[in-house]
Amino acid sequence: MFAWLRDHGIIERNVILMGVLTLITVSIGGLAQIVPLFAAETTIERVSGVRPYTPLELRGRDIYIREGCYNCHSQMIRPFRDELERYGHFSLAAESMYDHPFQWGSKRTGPDLARVGGRYSDDWQAAHLRSPRALVPASIMPPYAFLDRPLDVSDVQARMRALRAVGVPYTDEMIANAVADLRAQATPDADAAPFQGRYARARQAAFDGNPAVVTEMDALVAYLQMLGTLVDFRDVTPAQLRQP
Amino acid sequence: MPTKIEKDTLSGQDTTGHEWDGLKELNTPLPKWWLWTFYATIVWGLVFVIIYPSVPGWRGTSGWIAREAIVEEVRAAQERNAPMMARLREATPAQILENDEMRAFALAGGRVAFANNCAACHGAGGQGATGGYPSLADDDWIWGGSLEEIQHTIRHGIRANESDDQRQSQMPRFGADNLLTAAQINDVAEHVLSLTNRATDQAAAGRGAALYAEQCASCHGERGEGNREFGAPRLNDQIWLYGASKPEVVAMIRNPRAGVMPSWQGRLDAATINMLTVYVQSLGRTN
Repeated sequence: MFAWLRDHGIIERNVILMGVLTLITVSIGGLAQIVPLFAAETTIERVSGVRPYTPLELRGRDIYIREGCYNCHSQMIRPFRDELERYGHFSLAAESMYDHPFQWGSKRTGPDLARVGGRYSDDWQAAHLRSPRALVPASIMPPYAFLDRPLDVSDVQARMRALRAVGVPYTDEMIANAVADLRAQATPDADAAPFQGRYARARQAAFDGNPAVVTEMDALVAYLQMLGTLVDFRDVTPAQLRQP
Repeated sequence: MPTKIEKDTLSGQDTTGHEWDGLKELNTPLPKWWLWTFYATIVWGLVFVIIYPSVPGWRGTSGWIAREAIVEEVRAAQERNAPMMARLREATPAQILENDEMRAFALAGGRVAFANNCAACHGAGGQGATGGYPSLADDDWIWGGSLEEIQHTIRHGIRANESDDQRQSQMPRFGADNLLTAAQINDVAEHVLSLTNRATDQAAAGRGAALYAEQCASCHGERGEGNREFGAPRLNDQIWLYGASKPEVVAMIRNPRAGVMPSWQGRLDAATINMLTVYVQSLGRTN
């Protein structure tokens, strides 16, 4: 019955046949990853509230990636009861539709951060980033005290334009006001109206405790504090999340 | 090209026909058990594709969707706990402590709720952390350690501006607002240290006594015994929120810091807050 299996020598001796069969095999794997992307509009749930990152949050996200936070922290709450009870509602595709690239990850040396926003105070986040073991003695997270340095805002508009090119709906107005919006968000006393008008439910605060200078710490804490907070799950039903 | 396929005398298998310096390679077929397992996984994969929503547009024959199954699972778990949670919601923390069944459930549930919501600041064992995160595992309570007081603090929070009934107090910024001179602050700090017999300059501590009585005693007490009504910590014990050293005491008088705790009333349900109340009190001691 398996006599034909003994004839694999034919493939090994014929480079063209081997190439064709390899191409077919790899294509199947590739198609399994590529085909679903063409159905993206059916996989992204129709929930309200998700908006593009504010310039400050965007820079914070860049720092998150630069520092390799994703190596230890996932941003993907899976639909298991233990995860729901610990972290909250399972993650939706819609919540990372403006992420390029998404930060779902799968390595959890530290806890999942998909809904860490608002869970702790700004003070706690800044103090914990500066010295994790001062707050959590058993933590093995490295300290990030060096983030208390001025944030480079010179290229934030270019970064927003790049994201717009891949589909994030930044308007011309958002890009034109990027640096002003970035500073407004890190300054609690600044006039909120124009900034809030562009980014719904964005929070203004002196995230690192010092409103005078916009630091990398401000940006990272602003990003962490908005994670998972955009969708109001009181309005969401399971049936609504069903893919059409 | 293989030229000389031979039968290996030891294993009974054919060789590939290649030979390198006298070394020949056996052409042993894959073990049957391995092949059959391999084919079984392929068949199993096809069964999965049919049963579950595997490709866009295909819903699967089972109708199973992880996101909807989990809703049912969570609901079933909540239903199992519902009778006990209802009892915990109605009872006062004192009543929970009196009932063995409720107390056991509350201590177990409170431990989990504490780990998830409170441990980040107060530590996994309630031991607190330097920099203003108070220990809950001792008998030194800032806002009171009775069940009612703990429950109120958890419900309404501290200085978070989330509840009208929150714990609220503010220490004057004696240095930053120029209420006292640097020399006066030094004297008061020495007096505060003298309450625990740690003054480094007795003369300064003596000068600070009058200033302390005038400026500090109304909240922190004449002998530094503290006042839980204002959340004014005791100054005559060895427990220090923001550090025990003189520079740290001076810094607190110059430009005081104050802890913030969220109001948990809207975040956790009443039964969970009751469980936490019982659990938190069990960590430390009431007095």
